[in-house]
Amino acid sequence: MTRFLVGAIAVLALAASMPFVFQNEYFFFAGYVVLQLIVMATAWNILGGYAGYVNFGSGAFFAVGAYTAVALYKAFALPLGLQILAGAAASGLLGFGVGLLTLRLRGIFFSIATIAVAIILETVVVNWAYVGGAKGLPTLRPTDTPFFASHTVWLFFVMAVLAVIAVGAARYVETSWIGRGLRAIRDNEVAAECSGVPTLKLKLGAATLSGALMGAAGAPYAQYLSFIEPTSAFSLTHAVNALAMPIIGGMGHWIGPVIGAVLLGSVQQIVTVTISSEINVLVVGVMLVVFVVAAPEGIIGLFRKFFPARKR
Amino acid sequence: MSVALLQVRELSKNFGGFTALDKVNVEVARGERFGLIGPNGSGKTTLINCVSGVLENDHGSIQFDGKEISGLPAYQRTRRGIARSFQIPRPFASMSVLENLLVPLEYVSHGKVEQAHDILRQIGLADKAETRSNQLSQVELRKLELARAMAARPKLLISDEAMAGLSSNEVGEVLEILFKLNATGITIIMIEHIMQAVMKFSQRIICLDAGRIICEGTPQTIVANPEVQKAYLGA
Repeated sequence: MTRFLVGAIAVLALAASMPFVFQNEYFFFAGYVVLQLIVMATAWNILGGYAGYVNFGSGAFFAVGAYTAVALYKAFALPLGLQILAGAAASGLLGFGVGLLTLRLRGIFFSIATIAVAIILETVVVNWAYVGGAKGLPTLRPTDTPFFASHTVWLFFVMAVLAVIAVGAARYVETSWIGRGLRAIRDNEVAAECSGVPTLKLKLGAATLSGALMGAAGAPYAQYLSFIEPTSAFSLTHAVNALAMPIIGGMGHWIGPVIGAVLLGSVQQIVTVTISSEINVLVVGVMLVVFVVAAPEGIIGLFRKFFPARKR
Repeated sequence: MSVALLQVRELSKNFGGFTALDKVNVEVARGERFGLIGPNGSGKTTLINCVSGVLENDHGSIQFDGKEISGLPAYQRTRRGIARSFQIPRPFASMSVLENLLVPLEYVSHGKVEQAHDILRQIGLADKAETRSNQLSQVELRKLELARAMAARPKLLISDEAMAGLSSNEVGEVLEILFKLNATGITIIMIEHIMQAVMKFSQRIICLDAGRIICEGTPQTIVANPEVQKAYLGA
């Protein structure tokens, strides 16, 4: 635990010191995306990786966080910290609600239900004029950002904090009694229930936490882009990334989604700049296929295969 | 004599238009070795599923330890002392054999790792403790099913065809384990097709056919019963 805490503080210190290393603001603009992917991938993995319930609707949780923040900002000019908390609460609640309705469904049915939720919520937002409806809403960034050179750098740091919190939460879930229960659910739900695991409660807990983290990741989105509109907020790309990165990194260990997100997120950013922004979706698709076929346990699995003596 | 440990009254279960269980009454006393037999599809596993909470019964009551348990989720029944093995093994395949036992140990009996090792030694899986359970043979999987049920420290252990596919030596081994468990005060319900084993093990047997109890009694009366013979041999 202490080792993890030291690591977390080191990561945050590193993030805070980045402005002294990089002057180009684009680094922070791109870095923000990678950090956001870490939060999304880690959040997805709590339900998808540990418990085996594949959520295809990650975009909805992300967007609910983003739109909650926008609505509250427009109505009460809430500061970013409260926007994030509110976004997390709204998406956590959504996770709980969706879980209550659908987590009795097993396997593929749950996944289909999550897609349906995403489509329904997108339709609602498209028709919600207060937050801009289909044409979107420009959002003003606050002009003063104390201690930070620019608002982008500030948002980069905020997302770094969220990433550390998400990974810490995932690691706690994984290494505690909850993690063993979730793995038992993934392996065999009936046997888990008969071994004393309160499966519905654990799944609801995982869905709530997973949703809340995704909502937190989405909350600063409008400030980051200075604009929000439903198509990009609900984009299927969020969902594809959120599940591809844990699969590529490795779903059994908390570091897997982080590795996947850093690797794939960086490649995407580089490809976007050097080749085209269209290609980066292809990159994810191709890597996903390669890993599912060749290394179903992800990069972690490959690592364990080649260094079998090293145990986590 | 105290109240029966398990009291099933007028239990019915339908799957659509098919009646799997039709007003079944069963009583199992504390410490009893109880056998449940019947041809395939007669409702044995359905009965066990209703008792352990995997299925919800449509009618009737199930009392365990003097309290009504029908309607409770399965995990709460396990915590009250009902543990079972599955006819088709359902291991936690991504976990080691030891970890499989840690699940009930953590969630039900709050025991220590040493207890899991003890159980593995008893059941003869000690050298497989660190093996991933998807690497086990069929025989080992059946033993793991029993071991995992034992790790919940149950009052009532339900063994659903734990011996199917085992050699006669292995059947003997498992029987011995169940006898030992019973000697420590655990009530055992055994569902089995291997007649020799049930006859040797059970103090009392119920024979189900088409969702109804057709005969109840000691092993001797069961084999002598013409209805049982008819159900099994179709004579």
